[in-house]
Amino acid sequence: MGAPSLGKDLVGLESLSAEQLRLILDTAERFKEVSERPIKKVPALRGKTIVNLFFEPSTRTRISFEFAEKRLSADTVNVASSGSSVSKGETLVDTARNLEAMRIDMVVIRHPASGSAEFLGKRIGSNVVNAGDGKHEHPTQGLLDILTLRDRFGKLEGLKVAICGDVLHSRVARSNIWGLTKLGAQVAVCGPASLVPRDIGSLGVEVIPRIDDAIAWADALNVLRLQLERMTGGFIPSLREYNRVFGVTRERIERARKDIVIMHPGPMNRGVEIDSDVADGPFSVILPQVTNGVAVRMAVLYLLAGGAADWQQQGGSE
Amino acid sequence: MPSRTTLLDDRAIARALTRIASELVERCHGTTDVLLVGIQRRGVELAQRLARLIEGLEGHPIPCGKLDITLYRDDLSTVGARPVIGETDLPEDLDGRTVVIVDDVLHTGRTIRAALDELADFGRPQRILLCVLVDRGGRELPIQPDIVGLVQAARPDERVDVFVKELDGRDAVELARSA
Repeated sequence: MGAPSLGKDLVGLESLSAEQLRLILDTAERFKEVSERPIKKVPALRGKTIVNLFFEPSTRTRISFEFAEKRLSADTVNVASSGSSVSKGETLVDTARNLEAMRIDMVVIRHPASGSAEFLGKRIGSNVVNAGDGKHEHPTQGLLDILTLRDRFGKLEGLKVAICGDVLHSRVARSNIWGLTKLGAQVAVCGPASLVPRDIGSLGVEVIPRIDDAIAWADALNVLRLQLERMTGGFIPSLREYNRVFGVTRERIERARKDIVIMHPGPMNRGVEIDSDVADGPFSVILPQVTNGVAVRMAVLYLLAGGAADWQQQGGSE
Repeated sequence: MPSRTTLLDDRAIARALTRIASELVERCHGTTDVLLVGIQRRGVELAQRLARLIEGLEGHPIPCGKLDITLYRDDLSTVGARPVIGETDLPEDLDGRTVVIVDDVLHTGRTIRAALDELADFGRPQRILLCVLVDRGGRELPIQPDIVGLVQAARPDERVDVFVKELDGRDAVELARSA
């Protein structure tokens, strides 16, 4: 026995236990220090090859994973969907199997289809890390949000976190809800009825219809990006209208007359879901979130690299 | 049932540490630029005790850090589930200093190899010394200690366990046989 393991893949926070979540957070705590060293690199994944397979645009997440990989001494290759065989119609499994034939060890995948990371993990022997799959989950973002909250408040039990905005399209919201509720935090969601899933209550969260009430209730707000690229129908009347009714503005924060932590997973639509005064203000932890992102991803890669050995020993190739 | 023999009790450990502290000050010609670095876990406690003893001898505090070598282990890819990582905290710049690595038991030498590699990524000490409470033999690498509390040759099937008050509630060094 010994320390709990994460298994072969990280697909989402839904399938993890509180103990596994705490293992990742505690390990990430140690990796923070590595990024402060004169040489920001440790040999833990020396000789491992990691492919970052991104079928959707991403700057922050891809760079954060790449830093994490390099600081663990892994060799990395980036594959984007445009300019690769993917644009010629190659299937996900064919792409991954070809990469595996080149003897890789891990795949970090971002894909527009929900469930794609799990699908891939079941078909290849390499470790798979979900870097965002459709509207399903974005586990490392959820973990870095939770780590940032734990840094700020010292504990998660009983903490009140309101997730605001476009919950419907948000994999970040789902990963946050799973992770936070397992670790004892209270979670509420707040957004236009058209952007809050009807069955969200089944995940153990409360719905707060008005943003002012959410601000009054919460210790921390996680302000989601309005995912304009995923909106094909008339979800909201206009961006200006959205800002007026649901925007996290300085006036609203000041009216609450209390300290509140403001998070945003980025990239921000300034002046839509969040005002610049708030994003750059004293309560914002948006940049600490980014710093924690590298540490969380280092922890996940480090812990999963151990999972692969277990998996092979169990003859898990069936 | 594993049998256990006490090699050092709490008073014997205290005497050994007192001697190690004096020897260390002598070897370093004082404490200028000396930094003690304890290896996680029990080396950290021993280093902190040595720092207090040296302060008693020399009349001024000396810096003391912690080093976790997990990420530099040479068997990481084969140990299965990842070991839990301890805290690393080196308070000072290492360049030009005399770094004293403090650990509880010296066995194969692989931990010290990892510690030397890790320290090299933090800076370039003028000199590195190795100080251990017990040298149990069984080296797999050409590494030798500079200051030793107790030399006790142990067989491969035997284990030398060090207990410290801060973590285990008591001070003792014991030899455990699996037979």
